[in-house]
Amino acid sequence: MTFDQFLQYVFSGVTTGSIYALTALGFTLIYNATDVINFAQGEFVMLGGLTAVSLHDAGAPLVLAALGAVAIVAVVGVVFQLLAIRPLHSAGILAQIIVTVGASLALRTAAMIIWGRESLPLPPFTGDTPIKVSEATILPQTLWVLGLTLVIVVALQVFYRRTLTGKAVRACSVNAGAARLMGISYSKVVLLSFGMSAAISAAGGVMITPVSFMGYSYGAILGLKGFAAAILGGLGNPAGAVFGGLTLGILETLTIGALPMSGASGYKDAVAFLILLIVLFVKPQGLFGGRSVEKV
Amino acid sequence: MRRSHVVLVVALVVAFAMLLVAGCGETTTTTTVAAETTTTEVAGPSGDPIVIGAIVSATGPASPLGEPERAALVMLEAEINKVGILGRPVKIIIEDDQSNPTEAVTAVNKLIQQDKVVAILGSSISASTLAIKPITEAAGMPLMALAASNKITDPPVDWTWRAPPRDFLAVGAALGYIQNTMKLTKIAVLHDENAYGASGSADIAARAADFGLEIVATESYKNEDTDITAQLTKIKGASPDVVVVWGTNPGPAIAAKNMKQLGMTQPYVGSHGIANKSFIDLAGDAGEGVIFPAGRLLVPASFTDPAQKAIVDQFVAAFTAATGNPPPTFAGHAFGGLTLVLEAINRAGSTEAADIQKALNETKGVITPDGVYNYSPTDHDGLTPDDLTVVMIEGGTWVLAPQ
Amino acid sequence: MPILAFLRRHVWYIAFSIVILSAPLFTGNIYYLSILAFMATRLMIVLGLNLLMGQAGQISLGHAAFAGIGAYGSAIMTTRWSMDPWLAMLLSAVLAAAVAGLIGVPTLKLKGHYLAMATLGFGEIVYILLVQLKWLTNGTDGIGGIPSLTIGSIDFGNAQMFHWLVWGVALLMLRISLNLVDSRVGRSLRGLHRAEIAAMSLGVNTSFRKVQVLMVSAVFASIAGSFYVHYVHYVSPVSYTIIFSVILVTTVVIGGLGNVWGAVWGSALMILLPEYLKRYNQDYTQLVFGVMLILTMIFLPGGLVSFRTLVAKVRERFRGSRAGPVTGPEPRGGS
Repeated sequence: MTFDQFLQYVFSGVTTGSIYALTALGFTLIYNATDVINFAQGEFVMLGGLTAVSLHDAGAPLVLAALGAVAIVAVVGVVFQLLAIRPLHSAGILAQIIVTVGASLALRTAAMIIWGRESLPLPPFTGDTPIKVSEATILPQTLWVLGLTLVIVVALQVFYRRTLTGKAVRACSVNAGAARLMGISYSKVVLLSFGMSAAISAAGGVMITPVSFMGYSYGAILGLKGFAAAILGGLGNPAGAVFGGLTLGILETLTIGALPMSGASGYKDAVAFLILLIVLFVKPQGLFGGRSVEKV
Repeated sequence: MRRSHVVLVVALVVAFAMLLVAGCGETTTTTTVAAETTTTEVAGPSGDPIVIGAIVSATGPASPLGEPERAALVMLEAEINKVGILGRPVKIIIEDDQSNPTEAVTAVNKLIQQDKVVAILGSSISASTLAIKPITEAAGMPLMALAASNKITDPPVDWTWRAPPRDFLAVGAALGYIQNTMKLTKIAVLHDENAYGASGSADIAARAADFGLEIVATESYKNEDTDITAQLTKIKGASPDVVVVWGTNPGPAIAAKNMKQLGMTQPYVGSHGIANKSFIDLAGDAGEGVIFPAGRLLVPASFTDPAQKAIVDQFVAAFTAATGNPPPTFAGHAFGGLTLVLEAINRAGSTEAADIQKALNETKGVITPDGVYNYSPTDHDGLTPDDLTVVMIEGGTWVLAPQ
Repeated sequence: MPILAFLRRHVWYIAFSIVILSAPLFTGNIYYLSILAFMATRLMIVLGLNLLMGQAGQISLGHAAFAGIGAYGSAIMTTRWSMDPWLAMLLSAVLAAAVAGLIGVPTLKLKGHYLAMATLGFGEIVYILLVQLKWLTNGTDGIGGIPSLTIGSIDFGNAQMFHWLVWGVALLMLRISLNLVDSRVGRSLRGLHRAEIAAMSLGVNTSFRKVQVLMVSAVFASIAGSFYVHYVHYVSPVSYTIIFSVILVTTVVIGGLGNVWGAVWGSALMILLPEYLKRYNQDYTQLVFGVMLILTMIFLPGGLVSFRTLVAKVRERFRGSRAGPVTGPEPRGGS
């Protein structure tokens, strides 16, 4: 592997990794607020991309299409919480998780009916002339993906640490009961978390569509990878989710480069998941440390 | 506890009984309506319909293949019933296997046992076809496969035939073009990890040497991979003369864009899996100059045989009118499969399995968009390499590749 | 009268067995029998997963992979190495148990859903190996020509014979599950699920017990996979994705978590409902199915077995408060 090749693998890895990161971040927000693993998370990514395609096709400028898609999917997330998750508040986590499984089936099939079976393209935000870095190349869209991911992560940190609402959300994830005693409306926090989670994942979907197109079936695999990324970074830790996503993306591409034999790419996911298993066995709380691990 | 069991036992029995009733009803396809309305025409067919079964992957990962096949069959049923076969209407019962072999097994059992079909088309994907083949063989049920894997008809078995060109032909056309027209020797293979891509790649690996080609790299991607630059970076490092990409959308379109991004100037040779408008839409500029083997359906002007041209023009017009899109290759496969089966039934003058089998094995010169078919007891593929052509994308449409 | 007492104790089990085993007497239709056969193999996996989730409180997202080990183990050993199918089934089950042990030992020591996370990775790795190890698994083309099961001169290639065999085994597993839940092991398991520390102080080796349950459930899944391939005579990796694992977990919860009979109702619903919906519109099947899953959870959060709770609630509303107090679904296996 030459240095230029290495650079190219890293560029490729961070492109994919950013989307894993945003999906993982979406998982984390809902998990922290409710302890629910949202199996419909990947569908939010898919819906974001496809909605943007439709809005753009309908004549909306790219910026409006992107923002509109994020807003619409955020509403979908909120409505989903109100209609399907809230009635199960007292029924336990598992029942809520199964509801997300049902939602992912329903959303995926609805998308198939609405947008058809073929993948759809979206033009890049600012052209597609590759930028040369040494002998490796990177697309302007990849820079957008990276930059906006960074903006979202920073904005989320500011929200969590500096705003009253953000502090309330954090309080709930630490101890929901105590937070309620302090007068924080738990149900509003949960609703907000679903909306934000859907919006962030949808933003990921909008940003990646110019690179990889978007089809109704993309959600399942992106959700799986996002979940794996969240585990790798430490489930429940937002910074860990981002770190886990980028690590997973780079691990996949470096596997292709590092394994000398032809056909190594078939094993890229296997290597990534093997490392996930090793991390779980050696450092169960994930690379960045999730919420506490107890040994019995 | 006890009472809930009573309720649930009843619920279970009722659920299963509903399945029995629904299975006997006519609710499976909406297209039966077409058969009924046409029977009222003066010269229309009458009597019991000839029931043909079809299993397509209308949902799931292979749905871009199965959905146009289903659309073609629905459209064709209405067309055929304007005249009928053997003076009888034709009813096509279409089942969806969700791109899953287990569902295909359930569907084939239903078609044989429940619907008493006389022949079955399908499935769209090789895995489902290979799963149902033992069942149709055991039942003595003619099966017209719509999938490409060599194993479906190699070696030929008693009750299975195939409509689309198999991998062997498509790979031969692509590699032959590289050897004879491009006159290049070092190839890199990039393939989808699904059955379509893996099967094509295995065939390329087995036969490259026959065409004087050397494979310098083989890499793969998953259908939902968002970026293929890593695989292409490795391929670029192996300095091939040409990159052969074997897969179905959207992967090949991402590969085309990524090759452009990486500044790879090698020619791109694809497979017949990208023989639809979607590839051109997705790849955009990056798709220009892409070369791939395909049936002549893509370039209707290339049909030299006037009889075949007439059939194709009619099919293209009818499919476009029914769906609003020109037919992708897969729709042509369904058209071909149905034509072959109905032609055999018509010639046999019977819907008995043994008669259909005999007639199919004697099929001579039947024309479909995929080519001219000549089946025999030892050849259940019927096509020759001449039936495939090599096309190129130019100006957002398909033209015959330069020879 | 001990026999009468026995019959009374097991009336539901006996009734269910008679109904299901007599099905082939009423229909020789292979379509219906194949649906019931798939229901039996699904039930085997779900029974094991239900034990794991209900008794040990642990979720596995890798049960598709355990079924895949059974399916591919049987397929490879019988077609490539001409091994006896029963021996192949046994060896595959042993392999599945061993793998389950390897995953269980490090993860089940920890409190929390580490098993779910580890099995997620494990399931994905198994799937990739099934696709990639072409020399062994034949890749995505799958393996065909898998022989039928036979005992002496009895050939279970016949749909009716296979029905009795596969349901015989499924009913046996149902019996084992019911007994396990009622036994000392079951009680200690539930103890560790509810109050881990208390169970430990009573001398129950909690993580060892959990690993045992995981291994038993892996064996159930593996055997189901083996039966499946001897029935379909073909196997491909498509059947063993993570999505199938998620569907299996869903089946457990829809039926009724921790209730052995819930596994039966869950399997029936998850197999029969899509088959039924498909008759009306193929494209909308999964959409309606997904919505019905959501509605089932909203109205029956305890799963299908909590049906009585719903009925009682409705009745209570109509009759006023005269009906007796009704609590949630019974946590026990019943019968």
